[in-house]
Amino acid sequence: MEVSDIIKPENQVFCKTKLMTDNSLSYCPGCGHGTAHNLTMEVIDEMGISEDVIGVAPVGCSVLAYDFMNIDMTQAAHGRAPAVATAISRLWPEKYVFTYQGDGDLAAIGTAETIHACNRGENIVIIFVNNGIYGMTGGQMAPTTLAGMKSSTSPYGRDIETMGSPLKITELIANLPGVYYVSRHAVHTHKHARKAKKAIQKAFENTRLGKGLSFIEIVSNCNSGWKMGPNESNIWMEENMFPYFPLGDIKVDGILKK
Amino acid sequence: MSELKLMKGNEALAEAAIRAGVDGYFGYPITPQTEIIEYLMTERPELRTGMVVLQAESEIAAINMVYGAASTGKKAMTSSSSPGISLKLEGISYLAGAELPAVIVNVVRGGPGLGTIQPSQADYFQSVKGGGHGDYKLYVLAPASVQEMADFVEDAFDIAFKYRAPVLILSDGLIGQMMEKVVLKPQKLRMTNEELIEKNGDWAVTGKKGRERNIITSLDLQSEKMEARVRRLMKKYEQMEKEDLRFEKINCDDAEYLIIAYGSSARISQKAVELGRAKGIKVGLLRPITLFPYPKKALFDLADQVKGILSVELNAGQMVEDVRLSVEFKVPVEHFGRTGGIIHTPEEILEALEQKIIKNGSIRHHKTRESSIL
Repeated sequence: MEVSDIIKPENQVFCKTKLMTDNSLSYCPGCGHGTAHNLTMEVIDEMGISEDVIGVAPVGCSVLAYDFMNIDMTQAAHGRAPAVATAISRLWPEKYVFTYQGDGDLAAIGTAETIHACNRGENIVIIFVNNGIYGMTGGQMAPTTLAGMKSSTSPYGRDIETMGSPLKITELIANLPGVYYVSRHAVHTHKHARKAKKAIQKAFENTRLGKGLSFIEIVSNCNSGWKMGPNESNIWMEENMFPYFPLGDIKVDGILKK
Repeated sequence: MSELKLMKGNEALAEAAIRAGVDGYFGYPITPQTEIIEYLMTERPELRTGMVVLQAESEIAAINMVYGAASTGKKAMTSSSSPGISLKLEGISYLAGAELPAVIVNVVRGGPGLGTIQPSQADYFQSVKGGGHGDYKLYVLAPASVQEMADFVEDAFDIAFKYRAPVLILSDGLIGQMMEKVVLKPQKLRMTNEELIEKNGDWAVTGKKGRERNIITSLDLQSEKMEARVRRLMKKYEQMEKEDLRFEKINCDDAEYLIIAYGSSARISQKAVELGRAKGIKVGLLRPITLFPYPKKALFDLADQVKGILSVELNAGQMVEDVRLSVEFKVPVEHFGRTGGIIHTPEEILEALEQKIIKNGSIRHHKTRESSIL
């Protein structure tokens, strides 16, 4: 009996996301980026908008997002993805434009671009993957690194007296009138991934309806940067990241959740 | 229909951008170029042609908006002045690396630092020697009149799309702020999205309808691929030197002495040539219109004819280095310039020519040069 006799398309419950390329992911085993990519591509595929999507890749671990997402993409300078997306959306208002950014990109070097694109209420989706560290450069302190958390540039733990507190940029953004939808999720379990997918879907629906800016934060792990195993890092994330960055809707249909 | 108008250089450039069918302008206020965005906001080009005009939160955001627009094959531009251009250089390097067409305007003021809001040409090095990081060059157009401020917008976009490369219009506070008559070209229609996809669909990111997806990036982590990209860029620059060099020779046929100057300095030097000729000095003017490509060959050839060359610039001596490289020390080359926003007079220029070049005209030794700044 051949594999093809057993695995037939009509029997498949799960299959490779159509809009993901065949390239091997460059992410570390256990990293949440792959799932976040997958969910984004699934939503775009299911909505039937893959020919009308323009994605903007950041600088950081997901700089090569365009190697994996099989859609039209442009790669922005560090932190500038929301400015790049702004112009694309303004000039192609009928397209679906999204950025995919990490915490260093979005909440440190790109803070100005992030806040102003949000404040203008650009009709785009921002997918913000927050793992509390600079992954690509090898585990330096990020704006979202937790208090006391060790990194290669906070080797004795983040001292909030001298290094500031971890930045809750998502809450900050939710307070801007131009922002229509803000929701925080995780992708480390099926349950969480399903919820995250629903939020991403709602975000792209908002673009379709011209509602303005939708902002989806995905709190994720960085087992390499955190110097932990994948499972250990997920447990650490639940115990330490989620209390500070609580999951759930923050703003829905332009109204802040109490 | 063409129109004759009296306009500021900055306004003429802004109006020409609308008429050239530019799709998007993204800017941030800075003196002495703020009239460009003010004019565009007042004129409501979104109603005239559908052009998008947006005031960005910074020069950095503005150049990255241009990057986004250019990624989709649209005609996009930004403008600023010296300190603002310094901020844009990262984005300009990315545009060059990702091979995107775009137009950047620098209405130069004096520096370094916050410097002065008065005219200057102290951004020559920044414009032609890279400025941003990496192996790239900008095609640089240097207008010397309000008319050229208008005409060069379309010229710049033609070059930008011919080579898929960023183009710089290097003006200064004098050309930007002065008023002259200008003939404005008739309105050109903006390209429709269908026309754009037809023309730029092989590279631009417009949504992958009916084709394989496109990717815009300046990143090549494989060294061989990155080297191939750099070689591709260098080929473009070689082609620019062969096909798109622009310069103007004024009274050079019988010249014994040569002034070389671009932009506002060329305008003033033209008067200095007239004054010199009236005194019986056979002096000519070479005006580079493009600063890259540079008229190296024209200079090299003129060096066989003239006894000396004066490079007149509103800076402490920048272009003079390229003049010396071009003439390969065949004749003495000196620099004359004012800085701090002070503009040289034709009389000063003529006096500098007489003192620095004619007095020592046939002496071909190279003593230690005295300071060339007045």
